[in-house]
Amino acid sequence: MTDASINTASAPQEAEFGDYFALLKPRVMTLVVFTALVGLLAAPVAVHPFVGFCAILFIAVGGGASGALNMWWDADIDAVMQRTARRPIPAGKVSPEEALAIGIALSGFSVVLLGLATNWVAGGLLAFTIFFYVVIYTMWLKRWTPQNIVIGGAAGAFPPMIGWAAATGGISVESVLMFCLTFMWTPPHFWALALFMRSDYDKAEVPMLTVTHGRPATRAHILVYTLLLAGLALAIAFTGAGGPVYLLVAVVLNALFVKGAFAIWRRDEVMAEADNYAAERKFFKLSLLYLFLHFGALLAEAGMDRFGIELTIGGLL
Amino acid sequence: MSFHPEHEMHTRRKGRNIGVGLVLGALIVIIFGLTYVKVTSQGFQAPAAQEAQG
Repeated sequence: MTDASINTASAPQEAEFGDYFALLKPRVMTLVVFTALVGLLAAPVAVHPFVGFCAILFIAVGGGASGALNMWWDADIDAVMQRTARRPIPAGKVSPEEALAIGIALSGFSVVLLGLATNWVAGGLLAFTIFFYVVIYTMWLKRWTPQNIVIGGAAGAFPPMIGWAAATGGISVESVLMFCLTFMWTPPHFWALALFMRSDYDKAEVPMLTVTHGRPATRAHILVYTLLLAGLALAIAFTGAGGPVYLLVAVVLNALFVKGAFAIWRRDEVMAEADNYAAERKFFKLSLLYLFLHFGALLAEAGMDRFGIELTIGGLL
Repeated sequence: MSFHPEHEMHTRRKGRNIGVGLVLGALIVIIFGLTYVKVTSQGFQAPAAQEAQG
């Protein structure tokens, strides 16, 4: 064969390395890495830095593997939605079979290596997280119930628990609270996205709350879940994981978040379309900062505990 | 002028091969590093060092 015989028009598109990396949902991975790192560092047991690095890496790879399996199963939905149409499978760069193989291989590698590097509680939790995200959320809940985001959000909430377990070998109140914070944060975060990415979920026939119960009901749900989240986030300040720095951050962010949720609740579609969903977009962006700063504050509290720095607010904390 | 100019497909394939190679190399380094940390953190000493102490 000569180079002249290569017909570029009919040759199947070959994937670049970056296309395989894109299967791992790197943007979601950043959240997984950060929350798992906080769980690991906030734990009262010191971990060797190299083991800690490997633990976070394996948790990230496990999260990425579940992303690849999600893309394999949801390729039909992804092709319809504007937000996901450029993912490697619908774009024709990676075949579904390749995505499945990569997902399964990386899942196995990440679980076994995390178990060997740290302990089998962490390995088991990672395996359960992958199972929950792929089977419970992707294969079952996502296309079946409008509560898909609520229950499926648990999968994204596990990483801090895995990080904590990697350090301590177990589960504790603090790690469960970190799980609860991410778990309660997920629904308002995704429903705000669903409000301004309206046509996407309609076209894909995914039973998002916006499609099944209407947009006013979704706005009400965002408000209710935000209020519940605010209660939980503030309560954490008074547990062993919290403290004055966390309380300060939580008060400011939850005030802003509740204000944003009220603004969304008071609007109707006419108002939202008039400014191209400005309030919903702003709330979505704030939600990213919200989670990042809450976990950052938990990390700061753990660091202050470790170095014996004490701050108090009026004898409360 | 080269008789075999590199096709764009070859560039992509090369990039992929280098990427996979680096990942496999990193895996070896990680497993070696983990083994070293695990072994040394459990008070392991090479037989020669044990003899010297005993």
